[in-house]
Amino acid sequence: MSKQTSSSTKRLIAKLGLVAVGMFGFGYLLVPLYDVFCQVTGLGGYVNKGPVEAREMVVDEDRLVTVEFVANVANYAGWDFKPTVARMRVHPGELYTTTYYAKNLANEAVVGRANYNVAPGQAARYFVKPSCFCFTEQPFAAGEGREMPVTFYVDPDLPKHINTVSLSYTFFDISG
Amino acid sequence: MTVATHAEHHDGPPSSFFKRWFLSTNHKDIGSLYLLWALLMFFVGGTMAMIIRAELFQPGLQVVDPHFFNQMTTMHALVMIFGAVMPAFTGLANWMIPLQVGAPDMALPRLNNFSFWLLPAGSLILLSTMFMPGGAPASGWTMYPPLVLQTGMAFPFMVFAVHILGISSILGAINIIATVLNMRAPGMTLMKMPLFVWTWLITAFLLIATLPVLSGAVTMLLTDQFFGTTFFYAGGGGDPVMYQHIFWFFGHPEVYILILPAFGIVSTIIPTFSRKPLFGYSSMVYATASIAFLSFIVWAHHMFTVGMPLSGELFFMYATMLISVPTGVKVFNWVATMWKGSLTFETPMLFALAFVVLFTIGGFSGLMLAIAPADFQYHDTYFVVAHFHYVLVTGAVFSIMAAVYYWLPKWTGHMYNERLAKLHFWLSVISVNVLFFPQHFLGLAGMPRRIPDYSLQFAEWNMISSIGGFVYGASQLLFLAGVIICIRGGKKAPSKAWDGAKGLEWEVPSPAPFHTFDTPPLVK
Repeated sequence: MSKQTSSSTKRLIAKLGLVAVGMFGFGYLLVPLYDVFCQVTGLGGYVNKGPVEAREMVVDEDRLVTVEFVANVANYAGWDFKPTVARMRVHPGELYTTTYYAKNLANEAVVGRANYNVAPGQAARYFVKPSCFCFTEQPFAAGEGREMPVTFYVDPDLPKHINTVSLSYTFFDISG
Repeated sequence: MTVATHAEHHDGPPSSFFKRWFLSTNHKDIGSLYLLWALLMFFVGGTMAMIIRAELFQPGLQVVDPHFFNQMTTMHALVMIFGAVMPAFTGLANWMIPLQVGAPDMALPRLNNFSFWLLPAGSLILLSTMFMPGGAPASGWTMYPPLVLQTGMAFPFMVFAVHILGISSILGAINIIATVLNMRAPGMTLMKMPLFVWTWLITAFLLIATLPVLSGAVTMLLTDQFFGTTFFYAGGGGDPVMYQHIFWFFGHPEVYILILPAFGIVSTIIPTFSRKPLFGYSSMVYATASIAFLSFIVWAHHMFTVGMPLSGELFFMYATMLISVPTGVKVFNWVATMWKGSLTFETPMLFALAFVVLFTIGGFSGLMLAIAPADFQYHDTYFVVAHFHYVLVTGAVFSIMAAVYYWLPKWTGHMYNERLAKLHFWLSVISVNVLFFPQHFLGLAGMPRRIPDYSLQFAEWNMISSIGGFVYGASQLLFLAGVIICIRGGKKAPSKAWDGAKGLEWEVPSPAPFHTFDTPPLVK
């Protein structure tokens, strides 16, 4: 072939190179897409990532839903972290408050933050928290322990076949 | 494109060894380099497999410690996928695509040289991690966080090795697309191209669409580890499951990258030894394109157990099952090609036939895995290991061996030793089934993959599987011997080595001269 690569080949190479670079970017684009997709659909137990207005609604006195509270500590960090009650029987539509207890076992001040997840995923969008300790960073002095409140209600529209909802928190040390 | 008139183009290869092999821009020499490197890595990765099977020969820990076992399973996969199978297909593409489309060389010969030399560089970086503090990566080839972030010194080297091998494959793919689209001989329309060229063209598009996504995913791992990003760290708002989505968005098309060229090879060999044209040429092309398209929308079947909603499970289950339609078209076309043909059973044909039967078994176990509710039982068991070794060893690797035996006469100018090759085939095809078929039973009985020890009830099948593994491993030395003997001498091969063979590559002498098709042939 000739020493000079033909111009049509050069254009083709440039386009293909752009595709490759574009797909590298697409890999990164999947990150926000994934978040948006989960938030819109509530898939994977994603719940609204901030306080929500409590709205007036009719309390469904005939129905009882079990809410289970789970606590995890990430990376074996030095925390004692547990729900004060393990489960509650609640009426959909009624506002409840419960607490989690966290204690810093370390000899220095640390900042913690809780991430949360609702199971089953289908229940996620019906589980509403007007206020939660997980919306903010939680500073702890060395050895300090305290109870942290979470206010929630279960939307009466929760599908009928769901009788148990688990709320799981994972506590992370973010002072790092 | 103008016809070359420079005198240098009509010379033979450069006389200096360094100039010929290190600075080569010749598609045939670069193709040979790719194939030889792939052969070397096949034995390196194979040695790791032998260590795995030796440890699993009996229950309990006796040969290696568990951490080293995990390094072996991880490195075996990475070396075989990125070091052996992909380069072998690229080598075949380099050798055969210009010959099959009547082009004098690849579109970008110097880029071709660069693509090749990135391969040993990346492979050696990957292999060097075995000698680093903390050992080689041991988290499985899928590199899931957070486990992969516990890799020691080897972690950044693994990421860079994936980057380099990825760039090598992307550049190779761009070169192949440019060659196929711009350098075909006059008269060779797209729908007259040999199927090997077609399947490679589609594979090349898969490569440039998905390998950059893998590069992105491992780059995110790298920045998570060293630069404080939290793509996959829940404490910072990330999600480790997202890695699995991004990885398998690459990973599923990747398995078709590893098998589509094999379809092309088998579609070349079966008509030759059936002495009939391929049945359903255009349906083969469309089936290949359909498989490529579907490969982008099925990725989450690798992760049915992460906790997807029912609608997701159903979508990915049905989309996955849909793939068996175009694949079935291919299998039936191969069978129809043989129908009433004058069949002979030289070694390439034997490997191609074994491919059709055994790849189909792998396809069926894939269909079983696609059933989302059943997958909860099969997930991460030896059933999965059996499945993907049927499609990758008796699928991809057998097709490469078929291709090597088929085109060796063209490359070397000598016929290979048919008796030795047949011995290699029969030992391989029997031992590979002794090796992998019992793994179905182990998986269905619940033996997990990637664990160096197992319960006593799995002992018999594991021992049988290991024996099959050692025989299969040893038989590949016959392949090595056959290739070396064929390079060094043997019966002179005519330009058309197989009497039923069709295609431009059989119109040039054997061995193919250093420069071919300086004047493009006219295709009617």
